[in-house]
Amino acid sequence: MNVKDFEFISQLLYKRSGLVLTQEKAYLLESRLNPVARKWEFKGFDELVAAVRASGNEKLLNDVTEAMTTNESFFFRDQKPFTQFKEMILPHLLQNRSSTKKIRIWSAACSSGQEPYTLAMLLSEAKAQLAGWNVEILATDLSTEILTKAKQGVYSQFEVQRGLPISYLVKYFKQDGDKWQIDEKLRGMINFRPFNLLSDLGALGRFDVIYCRNVLIYFDQPTKAKVLDGMAKMMPEDGFLLLGGAETVLGISDSFKLIPGQRGIYGLTPQSDPIAAQKAS
Amino acid sequence: MKSCLVVDDSKVVRMVARKILEGLNFAIIEAEDGQQALEACQREMPDAVLLDWNMPVMSGLEFLVELRALPAVQQPIVVFCTTENDMAHIQQAIEAGANEYIMKPFDSDIIESKFSQVGLI
Repeated sequence: MNVKDFEFISQLLYKRSGLVLTQEKAYLLESRLNPVARKWEFKGFDELVAAVRASGNEKLLNDVTEAMTTNESFFFRDQKPFTQFKEMILPHLLQNRSSTKKIRIWSAACSSGQEPYTLAMLLSEAKAQLAGWNVEILATDLSTEILTKAKQGVYSQFEVQRGLPISYLVKYFKQDGDKWQIDEKLRGMINFRPFNLLSDLGALGRFDVIYCRNVLIYFDQPTKAKVLDGMAKMMPEDGFLLLGGAETVLGISDSFKLIPGQRGIYGLTPQSDPIAAQKAS
Repeated sequence: MKSCLVVDDSKVVRMVARKILEGLNFAIIEAEDGQQALEACQREMPDAVLLDWNMPVMSGLEFLVELRALPAVQQPIVVFCTTENDMAHIQQAIEAGANEYIMKPFDSDIIESKFSQVGLI
C-alpha cells in the first residue's frame, strides 16, 4: 500500500465516521479491507481503493467505513459502569422521575449488543420497582452489519462467558446448539438503529443516561469535543454520561464534570446546564 | 495470596489452569478427582475451587455436594470448568452450590472474567 492510498482512505474514514487512523495502524487497512474487496469481487486491495476513488457508490463507501470500525464488546464490560447503574443511577432516576415515570437510555456505540442487553437485564431485575414505568433503551451503531447481529441477540459460547454471570445466562438465554439466544422480552426492550455520531445528535431526543464507552478513543480532539458538547445538550440537568476506562472529558469539553466518587460517570457542569446556571446566579 | 484447588483428571488441563491462575497470583493445589479434592479441603479449605465434572472415583458434582455439607467457617467459591455445556447441567451445578460455571474450552480471558465476577480478583 502506498502513502497516497493510506492518506486517501484515512481521510475518507475521518470524514464519514470521525475515526482517526494513524500511520502505525496502517497494517489494519489491508487486513480489514481485503474481505470487502472479495465481497465486491475486486482483484485485491489496490483495485478496491481505485474503485473507491473513482466511484461515489454509497454502499461501497459504507462497507469500507464499517469494515474499519472496532466491534469489541462483552456483557457487563468492566463491571463497574453496571454496578454504578444498579446502585446509584437507577435509584436516583426512580426517585427523580417518579412524576413522569419515564426513563430514556442511549447506548451510543452498542456494537454487537452486549451493552444494551446488559442494561436490559439490570432493568429486568428491577421490574417490580419499574412496574408502570416507560423505560426506553435506544442502541445505535455506525455499522449496520454489527447491528444485525445485535438485533438477533445470538451469541457464541465464548461470548456468553466473558462478563456474563452464569445465573443471568440461565435466566435470560435459551440454548440453541452451540449458540445462545437472548430472551425475546429483553430484545423487545431495545430499539436498535444505525446512527453516525457525527450527525445531528439532537435528532434522537433527550436521554437521562448515555453510555458512550470506548468510542471517543478513536476520535481526534475536535471530534470528541463536538460529540461531548452535543451530548450535553441532550441531557437533563441530572443526566449521566458514562465513558470508557481510557476516556475522559478533561481538557476536551467543559460541558461535563466527573461526579465525585463515581469513576467514569460524568454530569453536566452548571455552565452547560441552563437551569443549574440560573439557580446558581 | 489466595489459594485455588484445581480439580481435573487431565494433567494437561491442570497444567494450563495452574499457569493461568498463577499468573493471577493464586497459590495452586491440584487434585485428580473429587475424592482427592475432598481430602484436600478437609486438610485445609482453599479460597477457590476450579472443578471438572466428569472424573473417576468421585465426580465434580458429587464432590460439590459433599463439600457444601462440610461444617466450614469459610466455604470456598466453586467455579465449574467442564465440557458439560448444556442448560440442564448448568442448573444442576447452581442448585448444588456452584458459584460460577465455565464451559470448556476455556482461555485466560474467561478464567479471569469468571474469577473477577465472583470477587476472587
